[in-house]
Amino acid sequence: MDKITKPEVDPLSFLKEFTPARIAIGSTGNSIPTKQSLEFKLAHAHARDAVYSAMNNELLIDDLQQFKLPITQLRSQAVNRAQYLQRPDLGRLPDERSINQLADQITGDDVVIIIADGLSALAIHENVMPLLSLLIPKLQSAKLKVAPLCLVQQGRVAIADPIGDALNAKLSIILIGERPGLSAADSMGAYLTYNPKPGLKDNSRNCISNIRPGGFNYVAAADKIFYLVQEAFKRKLTGVELKDNEGLLGE
Amino acid sequence: MSYQHTISGKIYRFESLRVLLAKASPFRTGDALAGLSADTYEERVAAQITLADVPLSTFLNEVVISYEDDEVTRLIVDSHDPAAFQIISHLTVGGLRDWLLKDETDTAVLKGIADGLTPEMVAAVSKIMRNQDLIAVAKKCEIITRFRNTIGLKGRFATRLQPNHPTDDPRGIAASLIEGLLYGSGDACIGINPATDSPAAVIKILTLIDRLRQQFDIPTQSCVLSHVTTTIDLINQNAPVDLCFQSIAGTQKANNSFGINLNILEEAYSATQSLNRGTVGSNAMYFETGQGSALSANAHHGVDQQTCEVRAYAVAKKFKPLLVNTVVGFIGPEYLYDGKQITRAALEDHFCGKLLGLPMGVDVCYTNHAEADQDDMDNLLTLLGVAGCNFIMGIPGSDDIMLNYQSTSFHDALYVRKVLGLKPAPEFEQWLIKQGLFDDQGNRSATAAAGLLKDMGGLWIK
Repeated sequence: MDKITKPEVDPLSFLKEFTPARIAIGSTGNSIPTKQSLEFKLAHAHARDAVYSAMNNELLIDDLQQFKLPITQLRSQAVNRAQYLQRPDLGRLPDERSINQLADQITGDDVVIIIADGLSALAIHENVMPLLSLLIPKLQSAKLKVAPLCLVQQGRVAIADPIGDALNAKLSIILIGERPGLSAADSMGAYLTYNPKPGLKDNSRNCISNIRPGGFNYVAAADKIFYLVQEAFKRKLTGVELKDNEGLLGE
Repeated sequence: MSYQHTISGKIYRFESLRVLLAKASPFRTGDALAGLSADTYEERVAAQITLADVPLSTFLNEVVISYEDDEVTRLIVDSHDPAAFQIISHLTVGGLRDWLLKDETDTAVLKGIADGLTPEMVAAVSKIMRNQDLIAVAKKCEIITRFRNTIGLKGRFATRLQPNHPTDDPRGIAASLIEGLLYGSGDACIGINPATDSPAAVIKILTLIDRLRQQFDIPTQSCVLSHVTTTIDLINQNAPVDLCFQSIAGTQKANNSFGINLNILEEAYSATQSLNRGTVGSNAMYFETGQGSALSANAHHGVDQQTCEVRAYAVAKKFKPLLVNTVVGFIGPEYLYDGKQITRAALEDHFCGKLLGLPMGVDVCYTNHAEADQDDMDNLLTLLGVAGCNFIMGIPGSDDIMLNYQSTSFHDALYVRKVLGLKPAPEFEQWLIKQGLFDDQGNRSATAAAGLLKDMGGLWIK
């Protein structure tokens, strides 16, 4: 056998600048070389760890107190991650204790902000404070009353509906960890729903996705959310009909 | 009609064929989510034993979704061929399994019954088959389709080159596309999922691939996977459309949620046929399916997800597709939880589609919230290669940066071709050899790519 030579530089390396795709990773025989194979595994490991990351309420509450808003800790009906992954319907419903807690706090405020782990609690820990530091002052300066901040364990997007409904809020904003990808495990999404109530579908919401430093940055995300909130109150709706004017918003 | 079976004095009763099929289905999370699964292991096997005794003729008299309410049911009932059914008409579901596994039931015999089976019969028999049965019978089927090359021949294994880009940047797409070609990927088609459904973006991508294909005389076909109505519009604007794509499902209501019905598909089929761009054949439709789509659209009518899936194949079959791709692990763990469930579902889909006469390929894939990894995909890929799957996807490093999921890499396809002695579609194989990219033993020649690259780089990247 020939002596082992170092893998050559992939002749396609010059194409790499045009795409973040995993091109020009070389080959050994027909297979992916060791280094690139392990790099892929590491990216997947980060994504898997993010799915199983837990939201640390104590830490979050310490930080959130700076907004001087009441904070409520809630749970969905999914009791653990395995059930959460298999039963999205349960992740959309507050458990009984949470329902009782919400009943004590009905305020009829304008906006309720809900923070849920979703598929990446990591995304919440990384991104929720920088975003809210920009967003909450904007809402308050527009004379919008902000309801108690709701922290939700094992929550899905639509859990914003029963929560918003229970608090009698005019609009809900749920900040939630998105499904981790291989390139980023910490993307946060924001979903806005006007007049939240159980039974709404995704076409009643507006979504801002990929909120993180390397994605949609905090300043742009806060601006866009605030713009959508104002439009929603003006037109008394969110969803596809609000999206029709999205060209005006820019990206 | 109700069905029942007694085990150790316990009577298991199933109120309808629909319920019996659901309870007999091997466990998967989607059926549990829908509340359709068997409650115990024993109940599941009781359902399978009961199902095995149901005569196939029963399926011609009892539908799972009513004829009046659902155009897919009407399509299934109205297109059933009694003459093709004749040879198996005396069998039960269990008898069909035994018959399928017989040595005498060969490729030609299986071809003869494809129009005599209904999707529900095929779903039923798959539920009482083990994975090895699904592989053994599928391997006997040979479903050949043609457009600019020949896909599905025994001993051949094709790939859809999938050079997606998060913003549809033509240079980004071209970069992945060129790399794929150099790895021998793209005989099933060069197929791109656009980030937006805007006709302007789609036409740009179509033109890019078409020019590349013509310049290098590549015997393959292109497809941009936009909504069928967008493709119809593009055909009317004289865009270079080779294949017409659409996601389809097994109930009328689920198809409606995709914004389609049989009439729209018929219109798309006619429009695509009218272009007459195929050189060796005229199979011009590309369909994607996947278990769980009907449930996710809340349109399953209490029918289990695997039976819904096979009903979608009746829709596909009507339009003589070049490719049918079950995107098995894309939908997420609430429908298929882990590697075991994804593997089982993929083998079922491949078998069921093939038995009905469809050119089945599989997107061997998973998402990051599923309990699956590359090892599970390696296993499934190898099983599908053995089963004679028509094609898989080819994606740089397995990582689709637009759709955010993991599928098979260019390397994966070379692996499976190598270990199982499989070759690309013959016309494409000849092209690869002519370009000096591969030798006639299927070995890749990286250095020979340099000349080709120079031409491509000049035209498409700069």
